[in-house]
Amino acid sequence: MTEETKKSMQKKHPHQAARSRWSKILGDYGMLGVLLILCLLFSVLTLREQSPTGSNAAEKLMASLKQHRTVSSGVLIVARVNGEDSLFANTLNRKLKESSIPSRIIFSSEPSVLRDSLNQFASRKEVPRIIATSRSFSAVIGAIVTQLKDYQSSEIVTPPTYRWPTFLLADNLRNVANQITVIAIIAIGMTIVIITAGIDLSVGSLIALSAVVTAWIVGHMGGASASTLAVLIAGLGGILVCAATGAFSGVMITGFGIPPFIATLSMMQVAAGFAYIISQGKPIYQLPEGFILLGRGADPLFNIPYAVILMIVLYVLAHIVMTRTTIGRYIYAVGGNPEAARLSGIRVKLILFWAYVICGLLAGLGGVIMASQLKSGAPTYGLTYELYVIAAVVVGGTSLMGGEGRISGTLIGAFIIAVIQNGMNLTNVESYTQKVVLGGVILAAVLLDRLKQRGFRISG
Amino acid sequence: MTVSRPDNGRAEETGRPLVRMTAVRKAFPGVQAVGNGEFDLRRGEIHALVGENGAGKSTLIKILTGVHQPDRGTIEIDGQPIDFRSPIEARRAGISAIHQEFTLVPAMTVRANLFLGRERTHRGIIDNNFERTQCQPVLNRLGLSIDSDTLVSELTVAQQQLVEVARALLSDCRVLVMDEPTAALAPREVEALFEILREITGRGIGVIFISHRLDEIFEIGDRITVMRDGFTIDTRSSQNYTRRQLIEQMVGRSLEDEFPRHRPAPKDICFVVRNLAGPGLGPISFAVKRGEVLGLAGLMGAGRTELARLIFGADPAISGEVELDGRRLSISSPRDAIRSGICLLTEDRKRQGLVLGASVEENFALPNLRSWSRFGWINKKKERSRFAGRVAALSIRVTGPDQPAEHLSGGNQQKLLVARWLETDSKVIIFDEPTRGIDVGAKYETYLLINELAAQGKVIIVISSELPEVLGISDRILVMREGEISGEISDPKTAKHEDVMALAVS
Repeated sequence: MTEETKKSMQKKHPHQAARSRWSKILGDYGMLGVLLILCLLFSVLTLREQSPTGSNAAEKLMASLKQHRTVSSGVLIVARVNGEDSLFANTLNRKLKESSIPSRIIFSSEPSVLRDSLNQFASRKEVPRIIATSRSFSAVIGAIVTQLKDYQSSEIVTPPTYRWPTFLLADNLRNVANQITVIAIIAIGMTIVIITAGIDLSVGSLIALSAVVTAWIVGHMGGASASTLAVLIAGLGGILVCAATGAFSGVMITGFGIPPFIATLSMMQVAAGFAYIISQGKPIYQLPEGFILLGRGADPLFNIPYAVILMIVLYVLAHIVMTRTTIGRYIYAVGGNPEAARLSGIRVKLILFWAYVICGLLAGLGGVIMASQLKSGAPTYGLTYELYVIAAVVVGGTSLMGGEGRISGTLIGAFIIAVIQNGMNLTNVESYTQKVVLGGVILAAVLLDRLKQRGFRISG
Repeated sequence: MTVSRPDNGRAEETGRPLVRMTAVRKAFPGVQAVGNGEFDLRRGEIHALVGENGAGKSTLIKILTGVHQPDRGTIEIDGQPIDFRSPIEARRAGISAIHQEFTLVPAMTVRANLFLGRERTHRGIIDNNFERTQCQPVLNRLGLSIDSDTLVSELTVAQQQLVEVARALLSDCRVLVMDEPTAALAPREVEALFEILREITGRGIGVIFISHRLDEIFEIGDRITVMRDGFTIDTRSSQNYTRRQLIEQMVGRSLEDEFPRHRPAPKDICFVVRNLAGPGLGPISFAVKRGEVLGLAGLMGAGRTELARLIFGADPAISGEVELDGRRLSISSPRDAIRSGICLLTEDRKRQGLVLGASVEENFALPNLRSWSRFGWINKKKERSRFAGRVAALSIRVTGPDQPAEHLSGGNQQKLLVARWLETDSKVIIFDEPTRGIDVGAKYETYLLINELAAQGKVIIVISSELPEVLGISDRILVMREGEISGEISDPKTAKHEDVMALAVS
């Protein structure tokens, strides 16, 4: 081919360029699109009447009370003694006071107590015209009030409802994030291993091993009354044991040429066995209150769980390592073509070794988080988690052939799986059916990837 | 084996050609792969199809074998117009193709491969005896003295290729297409293959022979068709072509000299290999001067690549030492070699050179990352500017730094690898088959590049199986045989092919 035709071939084909641009966009953001579509779908499917709770409910009710004719005569607030209800009652009380509307509160969930209190008001000729209560409690109040003839002209008001998807409630979104953290964090390590054209089947068992080891160490350092330092040492211990297991797999794979599938399959059994041996087959419960901070605690400002924050930090870190550092480049090179990498002066075995260490370490961290979430360490944790982790990586667009894949894709993949599971729970899909759907989604994701790769290749 | 070669006169008399492709056109989205393909094949003829990469040869062949359907044009076989919808239809019509990558299943026996997809069964059970009696004569005819129950994985590359030929013969093929059949063969094996091709053409089979090796084309081809930029340029009897005319038709311009050689004379000795030995190799000693191009000639398996890998630390050496600029180097891995200023451009660029899925820039950067990163943090800006500088200096044709390396042509892949090793500041550059699989125009550029590197004072070692090439570009040639250096040719300009061959064969 001559110089001119080659040059013209490089610029001339807008059609082809457009096509490849589309396939690139599809490849880069296709899964993000799928995630958004899923969110949209479950938002529509779970759109229902929502009753506000807590201070939010008080604000909403206050706004509607202001329009009320008889509000100036005073409001009686009836609330149960629980977090949401008392928050609602106290906030409403404060707001009414601010608008100089007389108000009283009765805190009780006992119908007999409530009846007596209301009768007392009646005997003092102080029957309130408006009784405010939360939506969930209004039925009980209504039943009591109809039995009292002094209260026939009183009106029960509740916070107004609004239409909003259950899926998009802050609580639910927090749930989704919480459910996926363990899988998503381990999926970082799995992505690295899969990019090197390997696989790590042991991560599920490592979750159990780490949780058990951590709980066991805490148990030997004071149990339920262990110090913060002891908890930290225990967590670190669990993580290090898993990193060591990963290192062992790495040595087997790089030093003795055992296929990653086999090496980690064995370690999967070994780790699970040790988890049972250490815990003697029973969950370890004696853990201090402070231990649950990582798994259940949340930052006070935005109420984001600490585990989710940790997950985000790890993803940012991993993304930077994989895209901007030499070790990231080497990982891709080793996965793409190990021989070429070796002949380029890269210590291929060392890179592979570290990939398995990192994967084991992150699986250990996942185990600690799970132990913290469940406030116990049991050898049954993490069963079949390796499959969810691998699914997240694959759905995220990482090729099992190695050499390509992205950390950000894995996060999206993990969320796709979490959203599907959560959405199906919210829409009351049976758990057996859920498995079928999840399997189908994984298949569809890989299929999409294959179709994209086969693309429109030109032979000539 | 008797060699009967139909003379061209007789073949022309038979009139109706075996295959005739007229005004064939095929466009893919955005690319016109074949603009006007004209090709005909006579019975008992070996017809060479040549052209640079991307000239349209493969597309034309894929149309003939039913892989692609033409947009326009007619294909006739035995005068009958045909319209293949799939490769299976083409195979049924007697057209067999043997590609560079074999389509044999290594873990199965030769016989199972030969009958794959058309097993003779009796109530669902394979009739082994029938298959054996059918295939053994064919194997014998091809000089394959193997049992048909041998596993394919136990065969040499040349034997595997003959199994492919046997498969074609067993399926009663009339047209045999061979795409770069000699790329992986030693000279002796090439000769054997040619004898077989002559023998089967004697039975009326037409062979289409695609190759980049001009010597072979002149040796085996009855006629030659040149394609360029999707058009058939010319078809002539091979006697009516000179080597130079053929090259000029392929590249579309006139070439002054196939092997340019204009560089200053080599200076002092700077690279010394002393008693280097590996498994079945050596001990080998030689010295190379600064600015010298040392050719390493020899047959396949003589140990040239193995020697290069020993020097580069890719395989462990048993003993021996390597000295550069008077300093003794201790090399136990490619990493050590690269740091000492030695680099190896491997023969198989796709498997051992490039990370195909990665971008051209990442491939360029691979051994150099350390020099523009700090604490593992890559300085992208520096990387980009270094890459851009080398790309411009070597005029590598890339669409941008993010272009996947697999989309580059063979010549540009080679240049990209050279650019990479220049960036590591290599003083010794070992080329293993630098022009394998790249077209004539790119070969010329590679020779110019080697000239330039030598002029810069680098030590150049070139392994080449193509005798004209190794004679044409080297200042001095070492010939290897059975793991040892069997002789030296100190003045390649006046040496002949026979001189090298005499040293190469025992």
